[in-house]
Amino acid sequence: MKEIPGDLKFRPSHEWVRVEDDGTVTVGISDHAQDLLGDIVFVELPDIGVQMSAEDEVAIVESVKAASDVYSPISGEVIEVNELLLDNPETINESPYSDGWFYKMQPDDMDELGELLSPEEYGEVCEE
Amino acid sequence: MNKTTLYDMHIKLGAKMVDFGGWSMPINYGSQINEHKIVRSNVGIFDVSHMSVFDLSGPEQEKFLKNLLPNDVQKINTPGRALYSPLLNEAGGILDDLIVYNLGDHYRIISNCATCSQNHGWFTKQSDNYDVNIEFMNNFSIIAVQGPNSGNILKSIDMNGLDEMNDFDVTNVNSMMVAKTGYTGEEGFEIVIDNANVKSLWANLIDAGAVPIGLGARDTLRLEAGLNLYGTDMDSANHPYESNLAWTLDFKDIDRNFIGKSALLKIDQTACKELKGIILRDKGILRSHQMIEHDSGGGEILSGTFSPSFGFSIAFARIDKGHNGEGKVQIRNNEFKVEIVSPPFMRKGKIVI
Repeated sequence: MKEIPGDLKFRPSHEWVRVEDDGTVTVGISDHAQDLLGDIVFVELPDIGVQMSAEDEVAIVESVKAASDVYSPISGEVIEVNELLLDNPETINESPYSDGWFYKMQPDDMDELGELLSPEEYGEVCEE
Repeated sequence: MNKTTLYDMHIKLGAKMVDFGGWSMPINYGSQINEHKIVRSNVGIFDVSHMSVFDLSGPEQEKFLKNLLPNDVQKINTPGRALYSPLLNEAGGILDDLIVYNLGDHYRIISNCATCSQNHGWFTKQSDNYDVNIEFMNNFSIIAVQGPNSGNILKSIDMNGLDEMNDFDVTNVNSMMVAKTGYTGEEGFEIVIDNANVKSLWANLIDAGAVPIGLGARDTLRLEAGLNLYGTDMDSANHPYESNLAWTLDFKDIDRNFIGKSALLKIDQTACKELKGIILRDKGILRSHQMIEHDSGGGEILSGTFSPSFGFSIAFARIDKGHNGEGKVQIRNNEFKVEIVSPPFMRKGKIVI
């Protein structure tokens, strides 16, 4: 299992968020999630410009095993998607916390981050 | 949860274990897609010891099997041959599918794991009128060696005499039953061996260069090969005509009665559904229970997956007859065009669609 980077926040449903220096946030799925899914073969990413509320279904990941919804951890506007994943979905398996990011957003309200889990708290969720 | 004799070795190899019909089995040892490709290009080994082995004894084994199975064991009346057959109930519904082996001194049946106790009960019940005994054997493990290099790797560990074997031949090598069968569509062998000896065989095969393969890859390999999975592609609610298994029904011997025969003869084969292969070349994955439509009707996806060999999704579906090779499938809120073909998609390393 890869070490969870300390600057991430998590939803219990295995999405992560990282706040960038410019105030935008990057979203992806955890190493634990990609491990549970197995080889990822296809992703459906949101359209740029779409407004998301926290907990909206924002993307779909299809693995050799199943299709899974990805939920937006916080509210905001989608400003960039990781198009690399469309042709190389296995990047999510290989690098879930870095090259395998899903999308970036301009958050509406940074306070929503407070409701997410720290890496330690998320680690405990995965142990259960 | 049941564990095979090789359980500890799977854990050591880093396998991800899942519950498979009450057995803790390796789904993969890392990447299912890589494992799939290794079997298509080289050689992989599978622990399939969860499968059920039944040995027959007594003077009326052949007579019993001729009544039990819709395929006719007359085809394997010389020792050293094996036969695939579904197992039917009186209504023609499929109770399971299995392989029966003529080992010379007796017949052996290997069937699925989830149906083990059902089959044991059914065999025993059906044996009432025959001088035959059916014993469930739990002292055996089964390793499948599959891939274009399967013969070479077995030779390298001193398992000789396999070169001349044809598909569905079975022989005895160093006190192991070796059948030229498999569930991948590749050249390959299945080895039934005493539990006491299976760990060393497994270790020797790995030392010789065989790669352990999980049941995840086994599932995508068999789907590409056009082989049904009992419980997903067919069950007791389906008969062989709507399960792409008409070829397993043998009516040649008009004097032979078998369980389900009279029900099968009443089925209107022009009206029943059929099991076909489905191809989705666009980005999306066909999954069980998705609905499919075509010109003259529709149906439902059975097994569906991403095909590692093709790089797109393939599936089986049970659909109304009368399609023109094209259909539409609903995936979430999107409609995709699909092709309707006859399985298999792939055999012995060659694309056949």
